[in-house]
Amino acid sequence: MDIKKIVLRGVIFMTFVCTLWGLVSLGNKDSVYYKVPQLNCDCPPGFKLNENNECIAQNLYMAYTTENDHGVGGLKTALPKVRDGFSPQQIDLGRYLFFDPALSKDGSISCATCHDPEKGFSDGLAASVGMNGYQLTRSAPSLWNVAYLKLFFWDGRAKSLEEQMKGPLFSKEEMNNTPENLLNTLNNIDNYKVLFEEAFPNRNNNTITLEEIYTAITAFESSLISLNSRYDQYAHGYHKALNEKEIEGLNVFRSFVARCAECHTPPLFTNQQIAVLGVPEPDGKPLDPGAEIPYNDKTMRGGFKVPSLRNIEKTAPYMHAGNFNTLRETVQFYTDGRGHAVPENEELRIHWHIWEPELSDDELDRLVDFLKTLTDETFMPEVPTELPSGLSNTNHNS
Amino acid sequence: MKKRSVLLKTIGAFAFLLIGLFLGRMIFKPKKVETVPIPSTMQYWNTGASKDTSAVAQAANFTGNIIKVEDGGSIREAVLKAQPGDLIRVYPGTYSETVYIDKDNIGIQGVIVDGKWPVMDGKKELNDAILYSGNGITIENLKIIKYKGNGIMGQAGNNFVIRNNWIIDTGVYGIFPQYGKNGIVEYNILTEIEDAAIYVGMCDNVDVKYNEVFGNVAGIEIENSRHCLVESNYAHNNTGGILAFLTPGLPIKTIFDVIIRNNFVIGNNHENFGAPGSIVSGIPKGTGVLIMAADDVIVENNIIANNDNAGITIVDLATGAPTANDPNSEPNPDRVVILDNFMIENGNNPVGEIKALMMSQLKTKGPDILAMGGGTGSSIRDKNRYRTFGLGNYGTAEITDTKDITTFTFKEPVAPRSVSKEELGELTYYGVCAGCHAFDTRLIGVPTNIIQAVYEGNPQGIVDYINKPWNLRDDYPDMPSQAYLPEDAKMAVAEYILSLKK
Repeated sequence: MDIKKIVLRGVIFMTFVCTLWGLVSLGNKDSVYYKVPQLNCDCPPGFKLNENNECIAQNLYMAYTTENDHGVGGLKTALPKVRDGFSPQQIDLGRYLFFDPALSKDGSISCATCHDPEKGFSDGLAASVGMNGYQLTRSAPSLWNVAYLKLFFWDGRAKSLEEQMKGPLFSKEEMNNTPENLLNTLNNIDNYKVLFEEAFPNRNNNTITLEEIYTAITAFESSLISLNSRYDQYAHGYHKALNEKEIEGLNVFRSFVARCAECHTPPLFTNQQIAVLGVPEPDGKPLDPGAEIPYNDKTMRGGFKVPSLRNIEKTAPYMHAGNFNTLRETVQFYTDGRGHAVPENEELRIHWHIWEPELSDDELDRLVDFLKTLTDETFMPEVPTELPSGLSNTNHNS
Repeated sequence: MKKRSVLLKTIGAFAFLLIGLFLGRMIFKPKKVETVPIPSTMQYWNTGASKDTSAVAQAANFTGNIIKVEDGGSIREAVLKAQPGDLIRVYPGTYSETVYIDKDNIGIQGVIVDGKWPVMDGKKELNDAILYSGNGITIENLKIIKYKGNGIMGQAGNNFVIRNNWIIDTGVYGIFPQYGKNGIVEYNILTEIEDAAIYVGMCDNVDVKYNEVFGNVAGIEIENSRHCLVESNYAHNNTGGILAFLTPGLPIKTIFDVIIRNNFVIGNNHENFGAPGSIVSGIPKGTGVLIMAADDVIVENNIIANNDNAGITIVDLATGAPTANDPNSEPNPDRVVILDNFMIENGNNPVGEIKALMMSQLKTKGPDILAMGGGTGSSIRDKNRYRTFGLGNYGTAEITDTKDITTFTFKEPVAPRSVSKEELGELTYYGVCAGCHAFDTRLIGVPTNIIQAVYEGNPQGIVDYINKPWNLRDDYPDMPSQAYLPEDAKMAVAEYILSLKK
């Protein structure tokens, strides 16, 4: 079969599938009939399809002036540059891959095992558990709004989602796969061969490549947008969205006494920098050197990426290794004194914003009230009920 | 009998008088917060600022109401009540509160009567006096004392004017615009601040003029900001007088195009009382002007005298900042230009590193100008007139003055929005509505094409519905109210929905 035929077949197939999709959804108002393999032709919420079949991010923050090019701080401020432009089919294919344990060596773990949508795309554990119960050392970061991030992993060692996912995919302790085995697995699943052809129509032969896998998963992860919380309503000018206690919390959050907003800069609630906090390690574990290792720089010892606080209510326990069980304990840390938990033999270059703000119990409670206004899961993606691999989609914890 | 009736009449008259007085007071008593429209002929605005010809000061225009706040009233309540365009006039009295302004175009103007100021008193219990995030905020004529965090802090508000304020002991910073573009900080007096009295952080196009700063750790600090003019200020008896800093680890990584000119930088020899761990806690007392890793800084026509450590200090990050490295921050001060300055009696009592350095040169006095660490392309106009150290690689300045630059602020205010009505409708539709509505398929809510059929030619009908939805169909869940959307976005999205083709 020559290439033209394949392409033609692809196009016809896609047209057919899309028409069918339209017909089915028009005809059946009660439930969207959705059978594998078949990719969505519409962008997920938060995106607009353009004439090049690309999904372009759309949100109210884009209405604000972007003169300050990094777009950080304040209420009506633009967001940092977003990762978008994937096709609806790539995003939908990424969704299947994300939930499919076929991506791990023994078919036991999917991305969603540690990034469970029910748990804020984290896993509710202090430190995640890898293959065969292997106890890892850090917690799984949430994936909400990763489209806006430039640093990945707690120690900031990856600069893109594509680079990041190679970590867990090919780590012996985590999904324990190899590039060769991953390609071999997917290329032997007919459903995936069809889906990849649909998501990547302009290829020369019908073989799944690593780049396509990375692109599709990146496309899906980049579609996880949470920008419609009650805080956002307040930010856009509807001041009734927050009650008095929550506004009080916002004022503590952005005051220069607590200084939360200095690193957790709105609207993303992270400034995407590495910061040395001097957090106590849980259960007397040795100090995690953090960013010191990838950056090979002693001054960054104990430094971690400032995480976004969006949907933070959903992702307990907190910090790089579940150091604190609740938001209340976490905010308490910041008022207990600069360097109070640094081991005796360590000299950390604690961030200058860590000081002794002497926040009252009431102020700490208000901070927690405010943090809970950052919850928004209205654009929650649908978890596939059937997977292209035929494997069960029940491996994640929920 | 007659006598008695006279007595009764007198008592009666008195009683009437008292009742009248009482009622009169009840009715005509001045209210603590009172709103009146701004008379169209009155220019409340530029009172006391007639010499300021910069556009941002002239453009600030309040056309709404005047909200009068008197002793016993609340500035915070007035701000919550205010609409964009309103001017809040605060009369003498004591106001112990934190005021936050999350609206655009609000003015807070103190009214000083017979030398009595309106005083915001944090009593060392409250965090900040004023926090603002809106654009076009003006704050003037306030006395602000005893807060723990800031006197006035802005977060991302553009087109700000902060002037004629008297700020004492307000914690970490006195006046701190952050992430703002196009603003003026002028005619303020600040003292007893434990970090920078005036701190321009991660801003663009800000003029800092005619301020007096004394008895602070840092007088005026320009940090990670671009296009800033520090002119005609009087900085005396701080630990460090005027600073241009690059701080690593912040999201905005550069500072350049800063002019420091026509200032008095005198006797900045105060003990350093900065909080342990803060960057300014490392500034040696006796520092006049300090340039750390900032680029394209011009120091011109200042009087820099009696600063005991050094008149002008220029350092790189490795020398100046005890923080974690930031691979994305360029650590050297490049292309610094020192033009003519009047410098005498600096370095009379050097401390720490400079003292050791001078000892190694068999000198006991610190220099007028000191450069340490990396940096390229710097120059000085007339090196021979100063006592200098470390300026070996400084060339001769290519310019003689900066007189062509009168301000870094803009002729027009920075626009708050950068999108058209159509675009705003589109952003709202896809950014909010698309969570439940797709064009011709059912998600959670009805398909958009059905909405189109119902509301054809009636965008206001959509606006009314999203403000207060009622359940139209049994087979769909109730729609939550979208009243929180900005008013212009509601109409924009209604029109956009009706114009959608697919």
